[in-house]
Amino acid sequence: MKKLINNVDNVVDEMLNGMIAAHPDYVQRVPGTEVLARTGNKKTDKVVLISGGGSGHEPAHGGFVGLGMLDAAVAGAVFTSPTPDQVYEAIQATECGKGALLIIKNYTGDVMNFEMAADMAGDEDIEVAQVIVADDVAVENSTWTTGRRGIAGTIFVHKIAGAAAEAGKDLAEVKAVAEKVIANVRSMGMAIDACTVPAVGKPSFDLAEDEVEIGIGIHGEPGTHRESISTADQTVDTLLDKILAEGIYAAGDEVAVMVNGMGGTPLSELYICNNRVAAVLADKGIKIAKTIVGNYMTSLDMEGFSITLLKLDDELKAYLNAPADTPAFTQF
Amino acid sequence: MAAKIYECIEVIGNKIIENKDFLTDLDRLIGDADHGINMARGYTEVLKTLDQENTDIGAVLKDAGKVLIKTVGGASGPLYGTAYMKAGKVMNGKTEVTAEDAKAMMDAIIGGIKLRGKAEQGEKTMLDSIIPAYEALCAGIDSGKDLKACLDDMCSAAEAGVEYTKTIRATKGRASYLGDRSIGVQDPGATSSLYTLEAIRDFAAKL
Repeated sequence: MKKLINNVDNVVDEMLNGMIAAHPDYVQRVPGTEVLARTGNKKTDKVVLISGGGSGHEPAHGGFVGLGMLDAAVAGAVFTSPTPDQVYEAIQATECGKGALLIIKNYTGDVMNFEMAADMAGDEDIEVAQVIVADDVAVENSTWTTGRRGIAGTIFVHKIAGAAAEAGKDLAEVKAVAEKVIANVRSMGMAIDACTVPAVGKPSFDLAEDEVEIGIGIHGEPGTHRESISTADQTVDTLLDKILAEGIYAAGDEVAVMVNGMGGTPLSELYICNNRVAAVLADKGIKIAKTIVGNYMTSLDMEGFSITLLKLDDELKAYLNAPADTPAFTQF
Repeated sequence: MAAKIYECIEVIGNKIIENKDFLTDLDRLIGDADHGINMARGYTEVLKTLDQENTDIGAVLKDAGKVLIKTVGGASGPLYGTAYMKAGKVMNGKTEVTAEDAKAMMDAIIGGIKLRGKAEQGEKTMLDSIIPAYEALCAGIDSGKDLKACLDDMCSAAEAGVEYTKTIRATKGRASYLGDRSIGVQDPGATSSLYTLEAIRDFAAKL
């Protein structure tokens, strides 16, 4: 394993400190925790948005703390959900009387730990609501699985629910907006090479030189199947076919697109993929209102990408286009 | 001589820490390659912070649960933490474990894990080793076997449960994303539960 680290035990701590050193105007550490909370600009009378999860997905989630998105992000160990006490610290540190919305990616551990934290906050009479993002169409949503995973679509939930909170909506309204995003967002990813968790020291799965893994998650968990590597266009088509088969996106609809890098794929390749996404959607008469290309929900050094589509209506579009100012996503 | 509950947890913790790499390798096959790492981190903290002299079994078990919830993360933290908390509630104020206590603890642990994990037997989880272990323990105790023999039966049943997890597909946790590809691999959580039960048996055998 070759990595730019000092000690596997200090990966999260040193990364958080580095983020704070780079963005002191945006984020500060809640003392004694792995929680990044918003500095500056913070309104004291809005619904608070808290997300988080295992580390290794940077810039998610700390990079989205700031105006118009999150108020706090809780960082667990690499690919491991943060613990309930840490999530509770985030709730306590940002509490301002309007309630908190927890944005949870659908993983067994994340849901359990965030729910335990919500129970703790409830005991202290802090109003907490939660939404669970489950946008990954690679996973069959049936009684045979723990449900679809939350992946890059989570960023759209941060952005749009964050704008709703900034606009002064109450907790129930912000939650309803977040749920509308969740109902209309779908993603799917693939890898051409696995990631290596620092504490493990070896790749999370092994692929032959000519093999790719389709339907991967963002934790190095293997995907749904393997196939021989094909062109970028064919790969995009494979992912888009599965997303479009959901039946959510039809000719005449307006969508937001995210082509998200897994951490080890150059931006040039992501743009090559986006070139195909734009062509396919144009061919189907689906209008693209906004496209985001880059590394937003990564999986350490994994090589690969995911595609996310979000169907927009006037409300979602307005919140999507509202200002945001965070370390990893800024628009005015 | 009354043994201290800390010593029992120490045997459990050391067994988990010794098998850290194997548990992580199992998780690498069907999960996210961190089960052994997370459990070892939790038990290292448990062994460091627990009151070694406290004879109140319930209090020590509850403390261990709190530490695991705070340090393990993932799904294992809440699940093992809940297990210790539930066992601790059964043992509140007690300084020794009777056969009936052992049954009551296992019953409470299973109830707690089912509730927190929203899982049932047969979903390729820790319940697949713990539930048969509980049934074997009860059968042994009810037929009048001595406790050490019952604990042997308990571990044999848990081991068979781990073997059974190789034959089924996961429907809970990250392994469920693999569909049929999870078949053939033993469940890491069922395996760490087996180690826990074996450590308890080994500790009791030396008393």
